[in-house]
Amino acid sequence: MKISREEVLHIARLARIALNEKEITRLSEQLSNLLDNFEILQRVNTDNVPPTAQSVDLQSVTRDDDVTPSFPPEDILANAPRRDEDCFRVKPVLE
Amino acid sequence: MQVTIKEASKLLKDKKISSIELTSEYLERIDSVESNLRALVTVTGEQALEQARKADEVIAAGKNGPLTGIPIVIKDNMCTRGVRTTCSSKMLENFIPPYDATVVEKLNAAGMVMVGKSNLDEFAMGSSTENSALFTTRNPWDTDRVPGGSSGGSAVAVAAGEAVCAVGSDTGGSIRQPAGFCSVVGMKPTYGRVSRYGLVAFASSLDQIGPLTQDVTDCALLMNAIAGYDQRDSTSIPEPVPDYTKSLKTDLKGMRLGVPKEYYVEGMQSGVSDAIQTALKKLEELGAVIEETSLPHTPYALAVYYIIAPSEASANLARYDGVKYGYSYEGDTMWESLEKTRENGFGPEVKRRIMLGTYALSAGYYDAWYLKAQKVRTLIRREFDAAFEKYDALITPTSPTVPFRIGEKMDDPLAMYLSDICTLPVNIAGVPGISIPAGFSEGLPVGMQVIGKPFGEEAMLLIAYAYEQATEWHKRRAEV
Repeated sequence: MKISREEVLHIARLARIALNEKEITRLSEQLSNLLDNFEILQRVNTDNVPPTAQSVDLQSVTRDDDVTPSFPPEDILANAPRRDEDCFRVKPVLE
Repeated sequence: MQVTIKEASKLLKDKKISSIELTSEYLERIDSVESNLRALVTVTGEQALEQARKADEVIAAGKNGPLTGIPIVIKDNMCTRGVRTTCSSKMLENFIPPYDATVVEKLNAAGMVMVGKSNLDEFAMGSSTENSALFTTRNPWDTDRVPGGSSGGSAVAVAAGEAVCAVGSDTGGSIRQPAGFCSVVGMKPTYGRVSRYGLVAFASSLDQIGPLTQDVTDCALLMNAIAGYDQRDSTSIPEPVPDYTKSLKTDLKGMRLGVPKEYYVEGMQSGVSDAIQTALKKLEELGAVIEETSLPHTPYALAVYYIIAPSEASANLARYDGVKYGYSYEGDTMWESLEKTRENGFGPEVKRRIMLGTYALSAGYYDAWYLKAQKVRTLIRREFDAAFEKYDALITPTSPTVPFRIGEKMDDPLAMYLSDICTLPVNIAGVPGISIPAGFSEGLPVGMQVIGKPFGEEAMLLIAYAYEQATEWHKRRAEV
């Protein structure tokens, strides 16, 4: 299972992580090596086996729609790297 | 002074010591050993003394419970209101949560005194604390060796007497493996038993919070405080919480224990398997019937785990965008800001797992990797179900090796991942597991894992307690 340099760049773009040249080379090697080892999964017969997403047998959990206080805006904005009045400030999304 | 919860509680109740005095002693201990061990990211001395003062008032009023006034350490991936919660990541180095995790709320309500937040592998991804972006924690039994991880700081704090007890989180062994490496008791409850609200998410279908303590009695006491349904965690189970201390008995007559042969993997150290063999004989002497059994899909657990956990992590960690909180890079454009924030904010292991998970979930690979892993997960679960029709619990080593040297596995991700080989299947199946001290190999701790049925914590604790009471391992202390 060879993960090429192009594939590493494609995945990095999907994950929105910038990588330097050293990281690209190393991740290409390491991901290839890990996936080689995980190939053994393909040997397991899983015909008619349903997937498990989580181990709890709860379905469509609901709760009463009680009205409770929300966090005060000041508490939530206290960690904001850049704020503008009561908003988080970001670079333009659409130019 | 190094006391258990039970001992400290009695001293406090009998007014032999105040919580302020007890807390001060622990803060002094932290002061004297931290430069050497580095278990704690943040020491919360002032707040601890304030909590201790309140605990002393509760004790004076005769309203104290078993945990009132007792110093505890909390893994730094659980939100603590007003106290920074770093996940040992540059991304959250200065993050101060506006709320408490449910577990923290419960420990506060029980009157516990938080003396610090403990170090971990960044975002709980690792088996040695070497992936902490802040610093590496050292094993008190040999400071050239790792304490295990990711809850390494919590395990060391308990082993070295920096706190009476601790809480950690366990996604693939992150409580049990460091507990084994530091010769303390560490338990991962059944998935859904303890609320995950306020635990910084790594792999949501696998994460579970649990205690790290000096003995099994303390483990039961801490479980009594943290277990239970929480409306804010939709995977928490609405089942009543038993008094876990009631299950602590010393007779194992009639107990049937299975020993799955697949756990004795290639690369297991003979010192570890010898210690477990000796422990099995002890369990037999105590009345248990021991049989070898087989869980044939065990060899696939590593691959299943390292597809599913990174996949979930890649989705969970998408929230770190440098907008709402945490580290933020200000670039010329939104995309540059986002990509540079994540490049600079995450360490190598976190990036590796996000990349692996993103790959396994991406178009064209989802069925072959993620869906396949989920299906094999079903087979592993079924195998546990079948085993528990025959056995009350399963016994395995906690880890195939004793603590390894700092740096030894850092360049080889797969070798590092293999140190969780005995603990991963437990999270995959969602069943509970506990690691207890089971001896030493060349002076280094060996942990024994007891795996229980879903919500079978009581039988698991009984077995652990009976073994502990028949041995002296838990009384040995590392010289720091």
